[in-house]
Amino acid sequence: MKALGLALPVAMLTAVLLAVSGHAQDVVRADRGGFEAKLEYCKTCHGLSAQGYRGWFPMPRLAGQQPQYLENQLHAFIERRRTNPVMANVAHALNPSMVSALAAHFRSLDPRPIGGAPRQSVATGRRIYEEGIPEANVPACSACHGTEGHGQNEIPRLAGQLYEYTVGQLTGWAKVRGQGSAVDTSAIMAPTAHNLTRSQVEAVAAYVSNLP
Amino acid sequence: MSVAAPHRMHRATLLDKRVSFMKGIAWISALLKSALSKWVPLALVTTIAPALAGEDAAVRNCTWCHGTSAQGYTVAPRLAGQRPLYLESQIRSFREHIRDNPFSKQYMWGAVAALDPPTVRELAAYFATIPPRPANDGDWGLSARGRTIYMEGIPEANVAACYACHGPKAEGIREIPRLGGLSYSYLKARLEQWGQGYHSTPGSPMPIVARSLARDEIEALTSYLSFIR
Repeated sequence: MKALGLALPVAMLTAVLLAVSGHAQDVVRADRGGFEAKLEYCKTCHGLSAQGYRGWFPMPRLAGQQPQYLENQLHAFIERRRTNPVMANVAHALNPSMVSALAAHFRSLDPRPIGGAPRQSVATGRRIYEEGIPEANVPACSACHGTEGHGQNEIPRLAGQLYEYTVGQLTGWAKVRGQGSAVDTSAIMAPTAHNLTRSQVEAVAAYVSNLP
Repeated sequence: MSVAAPHRMHRATLLDKRVSFMKGIAWISALLKSALSKWVPLALVTTIAPALAGEDAAVRNCTWCHGTSAQGYTVAPRLAGQRPLYLESQIRSFREHIRDNPFSKQYMWGAVAALDPPTVRELAAYFATIPPRPANDGDWGLSARGRTIYMEGIPEANVAACYACHGPKAEGIREIPRLGGLSYSYLKARLEQWGQGYHSTPGSPMPIVARSLARDEIEALTSYLSFIR
C-alpha cells in the first residue's frame, strides 16, 4: 500500500516530464515563425549581413534594397512569373506582414559591397551606366536606377550587387522574368537586356558591383 | 642532328644523376661508419627513413588516417575529390585552432602544425584529383526525404535548400565542400557539432542551418548524401 502511494506521484511526475520534453520540439517550431528566425533564414543564403553570398548560385545582396522591389519579387516567385524553384518555396512560407517587416529591415542595412568583380571593364561599364548606348537602343541605366544606383520604389538598387548575379539576370532575363500571361514590371527591362552584348553586360555589372 | 643532341644531353643527365647517387651512397656509408658505435639507430632513422618515404611522406601522413586513396576511414573523412580550396581553408582553420570539435583538437591541430603553405596547396590539389567513391553507409529508406530537404530545404522550419550553395549534385564549389558520398557518420557528427556550438570556418552560415535541423532531418539528409556518387 505504501509502495503504491509512492508509485502514483512518481508516475505522474514522469508523465509531466515526458509531456514537457515532447513539447520542447513544438516550442522551437513555433519560434520558427518569428521575425528573428525568418531573418536568419534569409541570411543563411544571402550573407550574414545580407551583403550577398557566392554559393553554387550567386545569392543577391538584399541590403539596402528597395522594399517595394523585394515584395514584388517575392510575389513573382509565388506566382511563377519569376522562375526560381528555391525562392518559390521560400516565399510560400512568408506571410505579407512578414514580407513587409523583412523588406523594411533589409532596406536599413548598409554593409560594404562584397567585391570580387573584374576591374578592366569598369570604365566602360560606367559609360554605359551613365550614357547608355544610343546606337543599340540601350538607355542610360542611371535614368531609372539613379546616378548612385540606389533605385526607387519598384526599381531595384543595383549598387553593391554581386557581379555574377547581375550578369546572370541580364543574360537570362527573358527566360526567368515575366513568365506566364500576366504582364509585370520586369517587361520594361526585356528589350534593354536583349540589346546588351555579353561584354557590355559584364562591364555594367562590374561597375555597379563597386558602388557603395 | 637536331634529334641526336637532346638525346645525348639526356644520357649525360642520367650519368650525372648516377654519379651523384653513388656519391650519396658513399657519404651515407661514411656517416654510418663514423656513427656506428652509439648512433646506429638514429642514423638509420634520419638517413634511411626519408629516403624510403621520398616525396610521398606528406601524402602518407594524411592517408594513415584518411584511408587508402584518401577515401575516408571511420572518423576521418574522405579527402578524395574534395574541393582544393575547401581543404586549404580547413587546414588553415585547424592551424589557427578555429575548427575545435574533439577529433579536430585531438588529431588535426597537431597533424597540420608543421605543414608550410606550399605543401598545403600541393596536398589539397593532389587529393582533389583522386576520384571519390561514395560511402553508401546511410539508411536507404530515409534518403528520399533527405533528397527533398537537400533540394528544397524546409521553408516552414527556416531550413535553406542545401543545393543553393553545395550544388545540384552536392559537388561543392570553391571553398564550399563536396558533400556527396561523404560518410553518414561524419556528416551527421558535423551537423550536430555546429548545433552544439563548435566552430569551423569563420563567417560560415552552417551554424544557422544546423540549429534549424531536427535530429530526424539530419539523419535523412546525411543518409541521402552518403549515396551520392
